[in-house]
Amino acid sequence: MPETQRLVVVGNGMAGARFVEEILAKSGPEKFAVSMFGDEPQGNYNRILLSGVLSGTHDSKDIYINPLDWYERNGITLFAGVKAIGIDRQSKSVYASGGHLMPYDKLVLATGSLPFMPPISGLYTDDGALAPGVFAFRTLDDCTQMINHAANVRRAVVIGGGLLGLEAARGLMNRGLEVHVVHLAKHLMENQLDAESGGLLKETLEEMGVTFHLEKLTQRVTTGVTGDNHVNGVEFNDGTKLDCEMVVVSAGIRPNVDMAKLSGLNTRRGILVNDDLSCRNDPNIYAIGECIEHRSVTYGLVAPAWEQATILAGRLTMTDPHVRYEGSRTSTKLKVMGVELAVAGNVHADDERDEVVTYVEPSRGVYKKLIVRDGHITGAILLGDGTTAPRLLQAFDRDEQLPKDRAELLFPIMTESLADDIATLPDETQICNCNGVTKGAIVEAVNAGNRSYKSVSDATRAGSGCGSCKSQVEAVLEFAADGLIAEDPSAHYYVPSIPMGKTELIEAIKSQGLKSVSAVFNTLAGGREDPVSKIGLASLLKTIWDDEYDDERDARFINDRVHANIQKDGTFSVVPRIFGGITTPAELRRIADVAEKYNAGMVKITGGQRIDLLGIPKENLPHVWKELGMPSGHAYTKAFRTCKTCVGTDFCRFGLGDSTQLGIDIEKRFQGVEMPHKVKMAVSGCPRNCAEATVKDVGVIAIEGGKWEIYVGGAAGASVRKGDVLAVVDSPSEAIKVMGRFLQYYRENAKYLERTYGFVERIGIEPIRKLLMDETNAEPARLDEAMQSTVASYVDPWLEGLNPIHESQFLTKPVTSATVKKS
Amino acid sequence: MTSSPAKTTSTVDLGPVDQIPVGEGRVFMVGRIPVAIFRDRDDNLFATQSLCPHKGGPLADGITGDGQLQCPLHSFKFELTTGNPIGNDCKSLKTYAVDVNGENNIEITIERPRRNVT
Ligand code: SRM
Ligand SMILES: Cc1cc2nc3c(=O)[nH]c(=O)nc-3n(C[C@H](O)[C@H](O)[C@H](O)COP(=O)(O)OP(=O)(O)OC[C@H]3O[C@@H](n4cnc5c(N)ncnc54)[C@H](O)[C@@H]3O)c2cc1C
Ligand code: SF4
Ligand code: FES
Repeated sequence: MPETQRLVVVGNGMAGARFVEEILAKSGPEKFAVSMFGDEPQGNYNRILLSGVLSGTHDSKDIYINPLDWYERNGITLFAGVKAIGIDRQSKSVYASGGHLMPYDKLVLATGSLPFMPPISGLYTDDGALAPGVFAFRTLDDCTQMINHAANVRRAVVIGGGLLGLEAARGLMNRGLEVHVVHLAKHLMENQLDAESGGLLKETLEEMGVTFHLEKLTQRVTTGVTGDNHVNGVEFNDGTKLDCEMVVVSAGIRPNVDMAKLSGLNTRRGILVNDDLSCRNDPNIYAIGECIEHRSVTYGLVAPAWEQATILAGRLTMTDPHVRYEGSRTSTKLKVMGVELAVAGNVHADDERDEVVTYVEPSRGVYKKLIVRDGHITGAILLGDGTTAPRLLQAFDRDEQLPKDRAELLFPIMTESLADDIATLPDETQICNCNGVTKGAIVEAVNAGNRSYKSVSDATRAGSGCGSCKSQVEAVLEFAADGLIAEDPSAHYYVPSIPMGKTELIEAIKSQGLKSVSAVFNTLAGGREDPVSKIGLASLLKTIWDDEYDDERDARFINDRVHANIQKDGTFSVVPRIFGGITTPAELRRIADVAEKYNAGMVKITGGQRIDLLGIPKENLPHVWKELGMPSGHAYTKAFRTCKTCVGTDFCRFGLGDSTQLGIDIEKRFQGVEMPHKVKMAVSGCPRNCAEATVKDVGVIAIEGGKWEIYVGGAAGASVRKGDVLAVVDSPSEAIKVMGRFLQYYRENAKYLERTYGFVERIGIEPIRKLLMDETNAEPARLDEAMQSTVASYVDPWLEGLNPIHESQFLTKPVTSATVKKS
Repeated sequence: MTSSPAKTTSTVDLGPVDQIPVGEGRVFMVGRIPVAIFRDRDDNLFATQSLCPHKGGPLADGITGDGQLQCPLHSFKFELTTGNPIGNDCKSLKTYAVDVNGENNIEITIERPRRNVT
């Protein structure tokens, strides 16, 4: 045997390329001279993510696993875009298009599969190409062509309601097409699902907007008779028709055995291989991936292909010379149009000993089914909720004796978080099903010093396939790192385009005297004006410099340019300040007049105890404000919003403190103060807490003995959190002082768009209390002073209605053009 | 493929560039076509269709910077010069050639299909 063996690989897809990676990792480059033939012109990419490319969540650039220069760097001769045509097994060489002839010592076939094209007339043109407007969904090229075509058409028909067909449907729907899926069977994904879960999946997907036609056989694709013969519809066996301008055929796959067959290798459905992955009738030729048939089974998922690649590389490099391929588990976790799905074994009960456990929740699209025989799982489906998928698939793979209480496998154990759940898993549990990465392997990688999701994923490949296991990988990381998780550094940047945390950024801005957003970009971001970073920087600069801030209006969000909240139709809403929720008949009359005169689309009492006039065009804002004669309620901006109050001592028989007055005073003081996010407050006159002060960013409750409790970090929106008591004080004025101190601390230390509920939880109430309430410290006084200076610089933004900052500040009506010069 | 219809090109003077505050955008009617025109810090101008292809957001109310435009309604981004979507799968924005002329006025060139009079 020569020193260096000539290893030739045909097929540069997910199996072929992974195999070569494994060869490189397991042996030095000197042991093999590797050449590859790849029919596709690109390097190697993650085929699974084509669904993402089609639906627009991934850029085609981002799905490469090995770009072309990777082959060069690793000394691999890649014939990209070159198709191998045959094997001369006598002389041991592969011949390929373009006249290439490549001798081998060992040959590996990884030719994948081909889309199955059912016998439908009209699919092809006379010269054998797919008719214009008809597509298969297998390669990046297919995907690009579909995207281009989809941009110009309205309605698409997808033939085939299996996994790939549904992914194609999702992609096209995301591109704004009306999508119809035609399926021959009685229910969707009949290879993976039973009738009930198939029906439920259909309902879920119908809600997303896809139309299904089940039990229909497509007979003909029709094309226009004039021009380019473009597809214009499909016809079914029952005589019905559907107009469309695009057809995607996704009726299954067939192992690609063409070249193997031609070269005299034994094939049936796939290329027949032994347990060492060598071909039945040629020990120097091996095959892996979707093109093989092993023990009468063919596969259509990436996990078995990768398992075969690893085993074959182990054998050929002699690093694991005796390992055999014994077939792959048939359980899998998938995402279908974003819906979670885990399937294992045979999903139909076909033996009278079978015990079937099901749980169905149609409104959430959740379906769970277990088929148990003699205490072991023989099949399972988890649709719409994958929380217990790892545990369940594990029990299936290891053929474990099941617990008496089957519910344990279908539902997360009560009060158990994902992380706790992870803790109880044995090390062998597979977390990433694409790469076969176990919990133990992830824990090991974490122990070896990988402490962020990215580095764990780089080290183990966990999460690098379809990505559906990301939250579980994160949970293992969290569990194994014991609180020492190193986040991706950019997670700590205040704005994405400047690599600095908030404290560091404030330092840089102060020390270099940067007073405008453009100055910050010029000095700290090389002049690159990142639009996404502008608003956050504007908010920060305003906090740092107050009235010294050089306010460039283009750095503001539209709401803050015109001091109103933009609505879905481009008009705005006007919420005037009603201090403490207390109004007068005269004020109400004025509001009514204005609403009528300016034709407000809706007049609404808000959840914040004030009145909203909706549907006001931009150019009317100044008039509306002027005629209301009320100040801005700041309902449109990241600032102090409103303070809810209850009736309080003046009228209520339980009132212990004057909550309305304190509410009014709070609004007068903090109105317009800009914040990292919006801040809402409330004051209740007694612990019955009618103003819901415990779930506000800052809330106050009057208690017996003339005292006031101050709560911070409460929430009752997207999150619900009861606020923590920051202090109990003796007077309303003391309350206002402490609230202002907390707010200033929040302004200086919270991340942009971090609500107080996240902030207080992150810092912890103890450290905050210690810092803010210990007056022997200098910090409280400094914060009080900073807040005072901000309050003093407040000007009602609605005054700009009278004195616009720019003559076109409130212009929506288009400026009409002047002279036509040339034509 | 249908053959492309005959087109006429007209160049229109839209008046002083100062109508657009620095860094912002405004809508202009060019004949019957509403066009959003943006002005950056160096007085470069960009012109795109006025409504967002996503859900009709008023693009002139968006945020710009680094040759990009972010729609005010759902924050989708587009390239100002090419109109191409960035990180979303909306259709590309229609863009128009626009410049500041010798009199410091906005000058835009619009192509439109020539209508056959029947
Ligand atoms: C007008 C109002 C609904 C109403 O008619 O009652 C409203 C309307 C909007 N809320 Fe709200 N929220 C309103 C009270 C609330 C409340 C209740 C309250 O303030 O007492 C909450 C729960 C408390 C809270 O703030 O968390 C609330 C939680 C939210 C959230 C979730 C925030 C969170 O992190 O939990 C958002 C989204 C956001 O801020 O990112 C939101 C965002 C919005 C926006 C501004 C969406 C937007 O960006 O355009 C809505 C504007 C509608 C429009 O077209 O003008 N709104 N919103 C209420 C105005 C109160 C006011 O007088 O200022
Ligand atoms: C849109 C889509 C979504 C998918 N989603 C999932 C998923 O979520 N989970 C999952 O597990 N699997 C999924 N799959 C399946 C998965 O992609 C395949 O199982 C996997 O790619 C199989 O790898 P392979 O190397 O055998 O075949 P392929 O990746 O198809 O590679 C075969 C390569 O060989 C080349 N080739 C063939 N013949 C020749 C020749 N004669 N000469 C030169 N080159 C040749 C082909 O051009 C091709 O590049 C998906 C597939 C598609 C298309
Ligand atoms: S809950 Fe708030 S954000 Fe949601 S639709 Fe209602 S007003 Fe808009
Ligand atoms: S309308 Fe423009 S992003 Fe939604």
